[in-house]
Amino acid sequence: FVRPARLLGPYDTKEAVTPYQQATTYNNFYELGTDKADPARNAGSLKPRPWTVKIDGEVKKPQTVDIDTLQSWFPLEDRIYRMRCVEGWSMVMPWLGFPLAGLIRRLEPTSKAKYVQFTALLDPKQLPGQRSNVLDWPYVEGLRLDEALHPLTIMAVGLHGKVLPGQNGAPLRLVVPWKYGFKSIKSIVKITLTEKQPQTTWMSAAPSEYGFYANVNPAVPHPRWSQATERRIGELGRRKTLPFNGYADEVAGLYKGMDLRKNF
Amino acid sequence: MSTGDARPGTPVAKTTPANRSYRPRRKAASTGWLVPAITVGGLLPVAVLIWDAFTEALGANPIQRATLQTGLLTLTLLVASLACTPLRLLTGWTWPARIRKALGLLAFGYAVLHFLIYLFDHGFSLSVMFEDVLKRPFVTVGFTSLLLLLPLALTSGKNAVRKLGFQTWTRLHQLVYLAVALGALHYYWGVKKDHVPPLIYVGVIAALFALRFVRRRPPRKKVSPL
Repeated sequence: FVRPARLLGPYDTKEAVTPYQQATTYNNFYELGTDKADPARNAGSLKPRPWTVKIDGEVKKPQTVDIDTLQSWFPLEDRIYRMRCVEGWSMVMPWLGFPLAGLIRRLEPTSKAKYVQFTALLDPKQLPGQRSNVLDWPYVEGLRLDEALHPLTIMAVGLHGKVLPGQNGAPLRLVVPWKYGFKSIKSIVKITLTEKQPQTTWMSAAPSEYGFYANVNPAVPHPRWSQATERRIGELGRRKTLPFNGYADEVAGLYKGMDLRKNF
Repeated sequence: MSTGDARPGTPVAKTTPANRSYRPRRKAASTGWLVPAITVGGLLPVAVLIWDAFTEALGANPIQRATLQTGLLTLTLLVASLACTPLRLLTGWTWPARIRKALGLLAFGYAVLHFLIYLFDHGFSLSVMFEDVLKRPFVTVGFTSLLLLLPLALTSGKNAVRKLGFQTWTRLHQLVYLAVALGALHYYWGVKKDHVPPLIYVGVIAALFALRFVRRRPPRKKVSPL
């Protein structure tokens, strides 16, 4: 369905939203299984409450905060974003969340803070996929501070007007719409501001294939496949992939002067 | 695809001098139903795939699912065709040799279907295909594997064996080893991270190769005193 234009915010796409059924049954969340259908099947073991988020590193107010308290600090906003997976498929996701910038400002980063590191839950009982060593657990992701403070970057707690399902990263996940989906880490338990660039899970798993930036870029192919096109879930054909996933006007400036072939 | 060894019970094997001394260890039971059954059973996944496509049971990304399934069927059937000779040598049964050709042709059929779905996925753009084949090793090995299977499928009939001569035909059909190895590599390189499923195929293929190698020598030694 397409929302009436007056309800769209400045960052929302007008494109048709991916139906809830498809957005919640075709997921990459290796902690709940490596098949696309696994996360929906196994999400029952993930308990999103009670849940706390530890905030540490280069902040003036390190603390551990309950998810409900954290959520109450900010009004929730609808954001309809494109989501492009590094595997060559995409969706349009109606998230519910709050800008990460608000949270970071509230924590008061020290002058040393240059990056934000996110750590996902480590608990093989809740995340049975962690019994396999397909990746190094826990899943870790990171952003440069200016990327984290960008108004497009949000922390999501809901999808399609409902509480975020386990397979989509309950109860708290990152959403960075101009980067490949694996940057948008799910089920976050720790946020650390750091001076040095975090070592992320996929960088460790295959450094020649996955870089720290992972900006959507049709001109830089994955070593094993092209990134020039993508399949929008629900469509049979392929569409052209856009630089920065169509958010170039908003974010290209963040990477001025950088060689995006090297910093892939 | 047929592979190396002479096959008892087929006209070809009977006319080959090297095999005249071969006596089946057991009497062959009537297996006239076997090849039709294998063919129908082997084509069943196509029917399931079409049914699933029309009932939207292929999930959110049906093209990707169909690509994966036809690829897996190709590999599985190739492995099954490779298992025929070791199975015959280990058990003395002759029926595995009779279904080998059907299994090989089915594998080739699924490889072609896999390739057609890939072409459909890219709007039948030959420029995209050639770029993929030339630039991406993952596609290069898959495409090469398909090309290797083509002459095998074309020479799968009895006439081809007669025309080429048994030796040449056997040599040609040993290409299946390379084809299946490249197919497994294609699968290994195609998955993002979970390498366990492709490694299972690699293990089974390696075991089949080893079995063949181990079992090939003793009969030769036995033959010479006769």
